[in-house]
Amino acid sequence: MPGGQATAGGEDRVVICRCEDVTLQEIRRLIGEGVHTLDEIKRLTRAGMGLCQGRTCRHLILQEVSRLTGVPVEELSLPTFRPPTRPVKLGVIVRAGGERHG
Amino acid sequence: MGRTADAVVVGGGIQGVAVAYQLASRGLKPLLVEQEYLASGSTGRCAAGVRQQWGTEMNVLLARASIKMFERMEEELEYPRGIEFKQRGYLILAYHERQWDQFLRNVALQRSLGVPVEVLSPEGAREIVPYLSLEGVVGATFCPEDGHINPFRAVEAYAQAAVRLGAEVWTFTRVTGVRVEGGRVVGVRTSRGDVSTPVVVNTAGPWSDRVAEMAGLHIPTYAQRHQILVTEPVGPVQGPMVISFCHGLYCQQTPHGSFIMGLGDPHEPRNLDCGATWRFLEEMAAIVTKMLPPLAQLRVVRQWAGSYDMTPDAQPILGPAPEVEGCYYSVGFSGHGFMLAPMTGKLLAQVIAGEEPDLPIGRLGPDRFARGDLILEPSVV
Ligand SMILES: Cc1cc2nc3c(=O)[nH]c(=O)nc-3n(C[C@H](O)[C@H](O)[C@H](O)COP(=O)(O)OP(=O)(O)OC[C@H]3O[C@@H](n4cnc5c(N)ncnc54)[C@H](O)[C@@H]3O)c2cc1C
Repeated sequence: MPGGQATAGGEDRVVICRCEDVTLQEIRRLIGEGVHTLDEIKRLTRAGMGLCQGRTCRHLILQEVSRLTGVPVEELSLPTFRPPTRPVKLGVIVRAGGERHG
Repeated sequence: MGRTADAVVVGGGIQGVAVAYQLASRGLKPLLVEQEYLASGSTGRCAAGVRQQWGTEMNVLLARASIKMFERMEEELEYPRGIEFKQRGYLILAYHERQWDQFLRNVALQRSLGVPVEVLSPEGAREIVPYLSLEGVVGATFCPEDGHINPFRAVEAYAQAAVRLGAEVWTFTRVTGVRVEGGRVVGVRTSRGDVSTPVVVNTAGPWSDRVAEMAGLHIPTYAQRHQILVTEPVGPVQGPMVISFCHGLYCQQTPHGSFIMGLGDPHEPRNLDCGATWRFLEEMAAIVTKMLPPLAQLRVVRQWAGSYDMTPDAQPILGPAPEVEGCYYSVGFSGHGFMLAPMTGKLLAQVIAGEEPDLPIGRLGPDRFARGDLILEPSVV
């Protein structure tokens, strides 16, 4: 399971980012190629760019980077948080704007 | 200490990696220095739309050559991940007669330079995007070869190919000074130490004026915020990028299924601020749901901002700095520097390597502002 201890083979196929369907294997390959920041991993794989905006995968990827590079989790930087906090329909934004401006 | 390079490229956005690759493929050993990670500046924040439908000969030629290069890029750069080039066209809408007359002049120019562009009635435009609202639309032009690319992948492709050819890339390293002696470049200072070099290429995007300043040079570029948003992914419904210069709007569905859309705002402050505002979200939502009504159902998952690196005529500065030998610019792309990078990178590398460039670029030099010889491009967002 994600976040569990590394064991044999099948682990690599574990899906780390469920919104964008990114596997642990893809993340490990990138880290192996020297890509060590969450911002870069996000931009190259889309991990964390989906509907939940990284709520689940962010910490799993951080742990993985930390484990493979030996840098403590606290010293790794998090990707920029981008609004809105929850996905919101364009039509709803229009209505909200209309009400506010009368 | 003791480091040398044939050229130091300052900035790892699309312009920097394209120049570095082109220099390396000419046998030079460039060092590219990027203060954060590659594509962390405008390039990683942009809409990455590519179009040939421009209103000046120079822009049409640069964009057309670049699109041909993007088409062959995965093969040329041996890039296995793929740059996700979606060529489903740009549909450009005209909303008043005067603009329509300009579009028809643009089309004549574009066709004379070999661009396959179609002139459409409002109904014709609707055949391409069936849910387009025709309210106020006078006509449209469409070029099926225009499209969209994944900018992170394009940067990675160029950087990896450059390194294979002998270039070096330093990320998380800042250039802090440019050393000039007797009117020529002799080196740069970086947060990782000094490097001796006879050539410095300024590809610092929105930071271009600051990097020029390091060599004692003044260029009239300035950073200006531009906001953008992305929606949840849905099945493929929109082929082309839809743009309107009247509204300053562009809206595109990516191969991933999400819609990316942005809105120009001439009142944005001139600085490096990349904060996102509620006001943008509201204006964007209001305009795009009028133009493309069914998009009201789409949920916005993320909004962000990047900087345009602006010049007084919204055209790039490309070529040598007249005052300091060895200093070169590829800056000031004013919101359309992703799509021109393959060709501008090649042209600048040709000039640096002492070759005859494929196109004459003298008019893009920084001295045009003092001469008052501005390039007037009618088709910018
Ligand atoms: C919202 C938005 C939408 C856009 N849409 C499009 C589009 O659809 N099509 C298109 O063609 N263009 C578009 N653009 C414009 C496009 O993003 C830029 O023209 C292009 O990316 C410029 O690339 P660049 O390499 O010059 O700059 P950048 O990508 O900004 O690269 C400059 C780099 O220099 C680095 N740097 C700066 N100073 C230093 C220093 N002292 N030392 C080391 N490194 C330094 C920065 O960190 C940065 O990474 C858009 C821009 C924005 C903001």
